[in-house]
Amino acid sequence: MTENRHSSLGLSNDDVINMYKKMKLARKIDERMWLLNRAGKIPFVISCQGQEAAQVGASFALDKNKDYVAPYYRDMGIVLSFGMTTRDLMLSGFAKAEDPSSGGRQMPGHFGQKKNRIITGSSPVTTQIPHAVGFALAAKLKEKDFVTLTTLGDGSTNQGDFHEGLNFAGVHKLPVITLVQNNKLAISVPFEKQIASENIAVRAKSYGMPGVIVNGNDPLEVYDAVKKARERAVSGDGPTLIEALTVRLTAHSSDDNDRTYRTKEELEEAKKNDCIKLFSTYLRETGIVTEKIEEKLEEEIMNEVNEATDYAEQAKFASPDTLLDHVYEK
Amino acid sequence: MAEISYIQAINAAMKEEMERDENVFIVGEDVGSKGGVFRATDGLYQTFGEDRVIDAPLAESAIVGVSIGSAMYGMRPIAEIQFADFIMPAINQIVSEAAKIRYRSNNDWNCPITIRAPYGGGISGALYHSQSVEAMFNSHPGLKIVMPSTPYDAKGLLKAAIRDNDPVLFFEHKRAYRLLKEQVPEDDNVIPIGKADVKREGTDVTVITYGLCVHFAKQAANRLEKEGIDVHILDLRTVYPLDQASIIEAAGKTGKVLLITEDNKEGSIIGEVAAIIAEHCLFELDAPIRRLAAPDVPAMPFAQPLENAFMVNEEQIEQAIRELAIF
Amino acid sequence: MAVKEITMPKLGESVTEGTINSWLVNVGDTVKKYDPIAEIMTDKVNAEVPSSYSGVIKEIVRDEGDTVLVGELICYIETESEQEQREPSEAVVEQANVATDDDSKNMRARYSPAVVKLASEHNINLNNVEGTGLGGRITRKDIKQYIQSLQTKDNGKTSVTTSVKPEQTGSGQDKEIAVTGVRKVIAENMVKSKREIPHAWMAVEVDVTNMVSYRNKIKDDFKQREGYSLTYFAFFVHAVARALKEFPEVNSMWADDKIIQRHEVNISIAVAKENELFVPVIKHANEKSVTGIAKEIYQLAHKARNNQLQAEDMENGTFTVNNTGTFGSVSSMGIINHPQAAILQVESIVKRPVIINDMFAARDIVSLSLSLDHRILDGLICGRFLARIKEILENINEETTTI
Repeated sequence: MTENRHSSLGLSNDDVINMYKKMKLARKIDERMWLLNRAGKIPFVISCQGQEAAQVGASFALDKNKDYVAPYYRDMGIVLSFGMTTRDLMLSGFAKAEDPSSGGRQMPGHFGQKKNRIITGSSPVTTQIPHAVGFALAAKLKEKDFVTLTTLGDGSTNQGDFHEGLNFAGVHKLPVITLVQNNKLAISVPFEKQIASENIAVRAKSYGMPGVIVNGNDPLEVYDAVKKARERAVSGDGPTLIEALTVRLTAHSSDDNDRTYRTKEELEEAKKNDCIKLFSTYLRETGIVTEKIEEKLEEEIMNEVNEATDYAEQAKFASPDTLLDHVYEK
Repeated sequence: MAEISYIQAINAAMKEEMERDENVFIVGEDVGSKGGVFRATDGLYQTFGEDRVIDAPLAESAIVGVSIGSAMYGMRPIAEIQFADFIMPAINQIVSEAAKIRYRSNNDWNCPITIRAPYGGGISGALYHSQSVEAMFNSHPGLKIVMPSTPYDAKGLLKAAIRDNDPVLFFEHKRAYRLLKEQVPEDDNVIPIGKADVKREGTDVTVITYGLCVHFAKQAANRLEKEGIDVHILDLRTVYPLDQASIIEAAGKTGKVLLITEDNKEGSIIGEVAAIIAEHCLFELDAPIRRLAAPDVPAMPFAQPLENAFMVNEEQIEQAIRELAIF
Repeated sequence: MAVKEITMPKLGESVTEGTINSWLVNVGDTVKKYDPIAEIMTDKVNAEVPSSYSGVIKEIVRDEGDTVLVGELICYIETESEQEQREPSEAVVEQANVATDDDSKNMRARYSPAVVKLASEHNINLNNVEGTGLGGRITRKDIKQYIQSLQTKDNGKTSVTTSVKPEQTGSGQDKEIAVTGVRKVIAENMVKSKREIPHAWMAVEVDVTNMVSYRNKIKDDFKQREGYSLTYFAFFVHAVARALKEFPEVNSMWADDKIIQRHEVNISIAVAKENELFVPVIKHANEKSVTGIAKEIYQLAHKARNNQLQAEDMENGTFTVNNTGTFGSVSSMGIINHPQAAILQVESIVKRPVIINDMFAARDIVSLSLSLDHRILDGLICGRFLARIKEILENINEETTTI
């Protein structure tokens, strides 16, 4: 019998089942999007696969009624946890008018939804770091007790905005948590050609904040780290940098062929660390889910994905006469 | 009404807006206890405290990027870039982010940020303390670019910029800071962004310009009046998006148009003004559209004779108007 | 049961074709929606293409190794039900009818710098050039063609008189005159008008005895005072202008898909000079007195005789009054001055015996002949228009009329 690690973190059995559901839902939506792409129905997909544990674990440590997130393009697990629906994501994939992120204006993966405090993002990487710091600055100025989580990949930590943003946050001790999802690949370039320091967490030192490394394949470990970082932030102790070590189970995007830079064997090795399989094993070994429960869960999820796919495929595109809308306030 | 300088008008606008709305705050380099390198924020740190007049680390992308974040939350940041020449590290934040936030989110989010930056030459500022940078931003729908020419306009337009619900770049001519003084209302006078202003009515030649060149053109017009040349001056005030209707009206007024900018000629704001006139005023024109601008060299040199040779001046403007008048 | 097509998907930005590496299904296989059916290779990615339907593979159209353009058919699937795949609905695009620009009218007199330059270089009266641009604007091409046509005619003239022997006609004493310049333009305009406008005609007789006696009484003083003659024609133009203001239908022009009623009343008058014919315009004629009109007629005729007419003197006419009476004509049918709606011929004033109260009286009678564009105007309105002119003219006398 495996040791129950979640109770001591303050998580109930229902909590961890919900975490697992979100992870699994993100995976299934992502897989469906690839199929739709390969069937020629949606032009572009960029994936969360392999990183769901880090995303969902971090989200569950936040206050979803209060905190803000400035996600990056792989964060399907985060936006689902913060209130985006399967339909919403499918609408974004098909670029339909009802897509809450952009009404079909942006590529999939460019999340944003004000009502769920998901901050709109762009394609140039790392610009979201100063934005999250700006939200944190607002929290300080307005004396509010929310925190802002921002995420990025390992390659993005080389951008000037990473340095400028975290330094600003460190100087002003702002309530912001930066979660690097280190999957050790920046499209095709491996970690050792990207980053000169031994790891990313160590960079935190120069910004006057703690830097921690966690196993990003374990949602509970990520949950724990983010929970602690949140407590630091709301008590006025300032920002935290968290490096979650993850794996990327797909090519960079639907336009990329990862066989050109990693072997099949390397991918097979990575799949051994598939966070969903690992967490499934944990839940079974702790007796929280059974095969029957998991089958039922899978069926529910597939129904939801099927329904959302059909809905989004049938939904309307924005009319071309809306092209000129919302450049400025009307 | 009191007579105040251009920089005092800027200072007063910020002070009044900070008193009016507690979400307004200033962030920039040396804006705190020093009051800014030009003293535009003089006294504000003492009045409003360090939380609302924030000395930022020397990093322009963060100054703008953090402001963008706070603006999306609902704050009203005024980000000061110490010299317009140093705005380049923040261009990704301005162009990829601020300009597109409303459009890319389909109106879900918006970004009410004001970015202030002193620009312009004639102060021995050399290559990197003299540039006009507005033309780097005038092909990015979503941005507004305001460049006032008088203390009166500076105060009213800065108030409008701070209250605007979209990003505004607010470029202040640093030579105008203490050169120009006039009566400016002490009450809450807000001048709408996007409207050009006729600074002088005339019937012979139309001058369309902005910033400090408006002042030069007014001086030239006063002298030419004695020669019987009646000059019409339109001050663009907002250089992006342009007030097309006012440009067309002003060009049609005399049929002879002189466009002036302190910026390098090719690719400048006035090239776009010329295009608007060419598109709409073929049957009104009585002379070729004429442009007066700085030469196409990277930026103005430090040595006085070279700086003088670079800058558009009153004599050049006067001569160009005279030539158009007799055309 | 329905047969559905599977086509080559677009696998990646900038990808235009894919190669079928291998088929993963055979004809007759049952597949579920999203089951992989083929392996496709492109420049960017290698991918398994899933089925878009559940059903049975009916026919495989393209072989392994074939390179197929994106969107081209690769196989057929027979599906169970009809409703499985509806095409995604497209957004409804409301195609707003773009209103035609207001500038589309009255462009006749808007000359671009290029046109003005060519006109002045070649000494061309722009009024003689037909505009093919928007709203009748003269384009640079129009004026170039016009210049070319003049040159061709000049060459033709030379050849007629010098080298080419004219075709033998009858006695051999006939005189041949080359058609050039203004004559040619007049000819072209007349042909254009007759070709395009369905003309109809109508005439009334007007008793102008009182007008004649009034005019005869004051004409010498007038001449002495003003320095030019008070002609009958001025009275006619004055009366027509007043009537036109009351009948805007007549003061209009045909513009293909619409009729434009002109606000201004600008009366074109024909002025002949040897074999040339000019049509200068009395602008705002309805706002002018008889004296004012007389003066303008005098000035325009003077200018025409001295080649001083400017283009703007001949622009914007809305109706033509033609003084055919000058030549002694008592009845004529005018050709409408394109694109106006009508032309009025004022014939000679002649003494005629007329029965008034069962007694013969010698009266001054004039015939007014109206040619009208039958697309725009009908007999009813023109009859009323002529009746109104008649009424105005017959009521002119010393007591009621100030000039």
